[in-house]
Parts: sequence; C-alpha cells; structure tokens
Amino acid sequence: MEPKNKITGAEAILLSLIKENVDVIFGYPGGAIMPLYDKLFDKNNELKHILVRHEQGAAHAAQAYAQVTGKTGVCFATSGPGATNLLTGITNANLDSIPVVFITAQVPSSLLGTDAFQETDMVSLSMPVTKWNCQVTCADEIPDAIAKAFFFATTGRPGPVLIDVTKDAQNELFEYSYKKIKSIRSYCIKPELNDKDINDAIQLIQISKKPLLFAGHGILLGNATNELKNFIAKTKIPTAVTLLGKTTVSEDDTAYVGMLGMHGNYAPNILTNEADLIIAAGMRFDDRVTGDINRYAKKAKIIHIDIDKAELNKNVKADLAIHADIKCFFNEITASLNYLSDEKWRNEFYVLHEKEEDKVIKKECFPEIGKIRAGEVIRLLSDKTGRDAIVVTDVGQNQMMGARYYQFKNPNSLITSGGLGTMGFGLPAAVGAQVGQPDKTVLLFTGDGGFQMTSQELGTIFQYNLPVKIIIFNNNFLGMVRQWQQLFNDRRYAETNMPTPDFPMMAKAFGIEGCVVSERENLNKTLDTMLKHNGPYLLEVKIEKEANVFPMIYPGKAVDEIILEN
Amino acid sequence: MEKELYTITAFSENHIGLLNRITIIFTRRHLNIESLTVSSTEMKGIHRFTIVVEASLDLIERVTNQIEKLPEVLRAAWYVNDDIVYREIALYKIPINYAIDRNIEQVLREYNARLVDIQNDFVIIEKTGHVEDTEKLYDVLKPYKILQFVRSGRISISKHKKELATYLSELPINEYIKE
Repeated sequence: MEPKNKITGAEAILLSLIKENVDVIFGYPGGAIMPLYDKLFDKNNELKHILVRHEQGAAHAAQAYAQVTGKTGVCFATSGPGATNLLTGITNANLDSIPVVFITAQVPSSLLGTDAFQETDMVSLSMPVTKWNCQVTCADEIPDAIAKAFFFATTGRPGPVLIDVTKDAQNELFEYSYKKIKSIRSYCIKPELNDKDINDAIQLIQISKKPLLFAGHGILLGNATNELKNFIAKTKIPTAVTLLGKTTVSEDDTAYVGMLGMHGNYAPNILTNEADLIIAAGMRFDDRVTGDINRYAKKAKIIHIDIDKAELNKNVKADLAIHADIKCFFNEITASLNYLSDEKWRNEFYVLHEKEEDKVIKKECFPEIGKIRAGEVIRLLSDKTGRDAIVVTDVGQNQMMGARYYQFKNPNSLITSGGLGTMGFGLPAAVGAQVGQPDKTVLLFTGDGGFQMTSQELGTIFQYNLPVKIIIFNNNFLGMVRQWQQLFNDRRYAETNMPTPDFPMMAKAFGIEGCVVSERENLNKTLDTMLKHNGPYLLEVKIEKEANVFPMIYPGKAVDEIILEN
Repeated sequence: MEKELYTITAFSENHIGLLNRITIIFTRRHLNIESLTVSSTEMKGIHRFTIVVEASLDLIERVTNQIEKLPEVLRAAWYVNDDIVYREIALYKIPINYAIDRNIEQVLREYNARLVDIQNDFVIIEKTGHVEDTEKLYDVLKPYKILQFVRSGRISISKHKKELATYLSELPINEYIKE
C-alpha cells in the first residue's frame, strides 16, 4: 500500500515535466529506467513519447523539436550504453546552444562505483558537453533538480543539461511538491544593458561609411528577429548571416547580403575586409566564418553583442564589447539611432553578387547539361514549397547546398548541425522537426554517407507516419571530404568512395514510399509526386559524382581570398 | 604572448562535480595546473578556488571567463603575483636524533619556522611562505635526513581593498528562489 500523498520519484519526474509545459519526450527504454517508463504508461494523455531506434536519434530529434517549437526538448535514456549513445547528440546541442533536458537512468545508488551492470559515470562523461548536470540519488532531490535543469537550459545562453537519476531514487516514495525556479544567485539570466554601451555603439555607427551587420544564431535564440527587422528597415545596413543565423532575416529583405564563411556568399566575405564597422550580433566568430583570423576585418571597428560574456573578445577583439540580451540591444539602438547606410556601399554587394550569380549560382541551380545537381533540386523545392518548408540537412555538401539554395523566409526554418558538424544528424532531426511542426512540410537534404549513419530512424518515421520528405543526394562519395581530396590531396580518394544500397527499396522495407531520379527531364514531375504524397517519402537523386561546393575560402586563406571556381 | 604565472580565484556553490567542471577547462586547453586549493569561505555554502597556472595573459583571460560562465560559479578573477599576498604552507618530518644532534634551534629562528609536533622518533617543523622560502628551508634541512616533506597549494588574498568581503556580504542567503 502506498502511503497517502506520497508518489515515487519516477512519477515526480513526469509531473515535474508536465509543470514545465513538456508534452513530447524522445527516448528509448532499458533496465535502469524501467520505473520511469512504467509511470509513463499511465501518462499517455499528457506526455507523448516518441520511441526512436537509437538514443543518438532521440537526442538529435529532441534538439530539432526544440528549435522548431521554441520549447525545451526532453530526452530519456537508460544507464550505460543508453546514456553513452546520447553523447554525440548532447555535444551537438551544446555547440549549437539548444535547450534540451536529458534524463538518464543510473544503477541503484548502493551499486554506484562498483562497475555494476550497465553502470557508467554519465555525470563525468557529459560534463564537458553540457551547460549543467547533476546526479540524483534520492527522490526528494528530484523536483529541485528538474526545476534547475529547465532554468539553466532555457535562460541566458541556452544549452543542454543532464540529470542522472538512480533506479532507487525513481522507486522511492516521497511527498511531492513542485515550484519552478525564479532566480539563482550564482547565475545572471539577463545582463543589464547600459546607456553608455548604446551611446558608444551609436557613435561608432554614425561615423561609419561602410557598416556591415552579422546576424547570428543568438538572434533566433533570443527571439529577436522582429527587432532585427526593425533595425535593418531603419538603417539599411547590409546584413550577412552565419549558417545558424541563416533564418534570422528573410532572404528577400533588401538589406540581406548573404551567408558568411567557408562556403558562404562571395560579397559578404570579400566586403568583410572592406567594411569599416562590423556589428556582430549573437554570433561567435567561428573559424569557419573568419578564415585566417590574422587577416580578418582589419579595416573595421568591431561591435560585438552577446549574452555570453565568454564569447566577447574570445576569437576576435572587439572595439566595443556589449554583454547584453540581443532583443534589448536592438530595441534600444533602433529607438535612438538615426542612420541610413550609403547606397554606394550597398551597391558594392550587388555588384559582387552578380559575379557569384554568373559563375556559380546559375550553373548550380539552372544547369542544362550534365547530371542533376543538388542546387537545382533545392532551388526547385524552394519554389515548389513557397519557401515555407522546414529544411533539415545532414552535414557536408548537402548541408552547404541546402543552406545556400533554399531561399529561407521564416525564422527557425533551417535545422542543421553547425558547431559539431555531425554526420547522421539529418534523419533524426527531421523526425523531431516533423513532430514539432506536424502541419509543415519538412524537407530533409542528406547525402548517401550521412543517411546511412542513422538510417534506422526510418523505423521511427514509419511508426508515427511522419510525412518527412527525404531527399538523398547520392554521388557515391563522402562528397565534402572528396572535394578536399580533389583540391588539396591530388584526387587521392582515400576511403571516400562508397557503394550504396537501393535506398528506395530500403524505405519500402520500412513501409515508406520512394523512388530514384537520375534524369533531369524527370526531376520536376518526381518532386511534385513526392510533395503531393500523403506521408513520408524517400527520393534518391543521383547527382554529379564530382560536383563541388563553391564559392570556397580555402583553409588558411583570408575571407577576401574566397574563390568562385577552382 | 609570453607565459607568466597567474593566480585565478573563483567563488562557487559547494556542489559535487564543480571541481571537475573547472579543471576540464584547463585540460581542454592543454594547461597544467601548478597548484589548486579549494576551501570553504566565511559564507556558508560558498567555496573558494585558488588556482595557479602558467600561461599567456590572453589564455588566462579566456580561461577565467570560461570559469565564470559556469552556472554555479559566482565570480572568477585572475591576478599577477604583484596584485596579491600569497602563501603556501610546508611541513617537514625530521628524525628526532638528528634534530637533537644538530642545532635545530638556530635553523628555526633564522628561517622563521616552527616546531609543531614532537614524537618519540621524529619532530615536525612548519613553515609558511612562498615556494622559494619553503624550498630554501628544505635545502637547509636536507642534512637532517628529512623523512617526509609536504607543501600545500597556494592561498592568496588580493591587495585591493574590501574585494571579497563586500562581494560575499551582498550575496543572497539562499542559493535559489522559487516562484
């Protein structure tokens, strides 16, 4: 008999999740987490559980779910291998600052440190790749641990957190009560924006002749796309985006000048080294963005705004480092600034973009001869979906093509693995994106390599009938590595050439429709069939085997040494 | 940039694993910790880390920022030796017959060391000071057949007025507040 008013730790976990507005959990059961799943059996109405086929998939799916919904992702895994399988996904969420609460089970506390069956020190293992983590060994620690987990995951610079719960803590009975956390003394949620910083920023902007705004992922995380829009509308400062900041601004905004970085657009990379002012908003000067840092933006004063103080002056020294919430920053500065960028400067971007259009984009998106190219498929799908789909990519050439040629307009409509560059991210992330936005078209652009890393998630797509449209660009190569081997290793294609299975047949084994397209004349019709299909669909596109992604900043080169063709 | 010896001080909540979170910040950057002292402060539940590291200023600034970024760290700051008063404590175990035979009194007096324990077969001497001071005494005591020698990590206090006292006294008493 259970004493009155007492519940188990396992039930407390679920009730606490409900209090934190969780409605979907991605996970996979196992021995140590059985008490939690047993209680979950009774909570089907409030908590939907998505059973993945591998814990890594649960982590990626929970991250993508968080990105497309703005909620916190939640992920369950059992002790030992269940927990270690999460690590790639946790690391991915950490590098891309996505709020996900991971709950892993642990052996009973009496067995901790005894090398018990399926025991692994998950707290230590996840320490370098989580924003915060803890272990819980008795039930009455559970409510506070969960309250802290959600507080840390979602506030400040968001990130993944992990709670490791021993089996005995899940089974123990205790008197439960739950309150969310309001503040923690060691942790500042929102740094105060001071007037001096705003005034200094205004002065720097007002004397600038060639300003350039960098919009990063922080603007999406800080829910500040409208504030950014207002700022751009008023100042017309040319705005370039990072890969993860791609959807901060609609691509048809006149101030939008393209993507930064190694495979970004020609104009913003070249003109980074011409600008006399860079306003870096919620971005972190990743090495893929800066190229050779010693020859980066030397003519520019730099204003860097970030909510994470440790990012300021980390890679690039700022002339004005502003530790602030990006939404507040844009609100304040838009209100007080009177500035309109010079038209001649804005035109420099258009002139350079024409070159890229001519040398790269036309050939990639509108080819008339040769095999199908990834860019033309993506551009067609961009048009056919009215630029309104959620695009998920894997990593490599498919990712760069997806980011470059889908013409984004909605915030958070590109889900991609930025910091970690996780091959195999795509398919499970598409699962999470579709669960989060069931009524949206979710397009997955993946390659033959990355798809095969986590292809078991076809089982999840089948089980929940998730209408994901999977586009596999098959060149029988690990394309991006092959591109580097071609350019820098004298075409010595070491272990990048890969025979592939019959992908549509694979899909059929999971009850998923699919087909192959290899001729340009069939492409249009096939894409229509895929988009009209009610349910999941796998389309294998046989593409040009040795196609490269250009433009490109070669490793060690400066941003303005970006080249349009080999 | 030139490497120098820096002292990083951090205040944190007293939680399991935080020491590990702090040390991996150094490990990840291939930095060797010269000395590390962790102890409770005058404020209940708040602990103080004193970490001595040789690195470039640039790296020290970034590492200090990364420490302060940890959600359960309250404050972190770095100092050069001129900014702080610092000490290590050293203990020396000497066989009693050597201590009696040779003139230990003179050594204790000259080196400002203390005799802190006497057993049947050995004595224990204590000295506080900088590494060079405790090392010097070690060399002097070497002929006394030192049985055991141990030295603590550094503790330090900054030369700025009221730095810690004001900060800690302004802290909320409760670690967190619920809705």
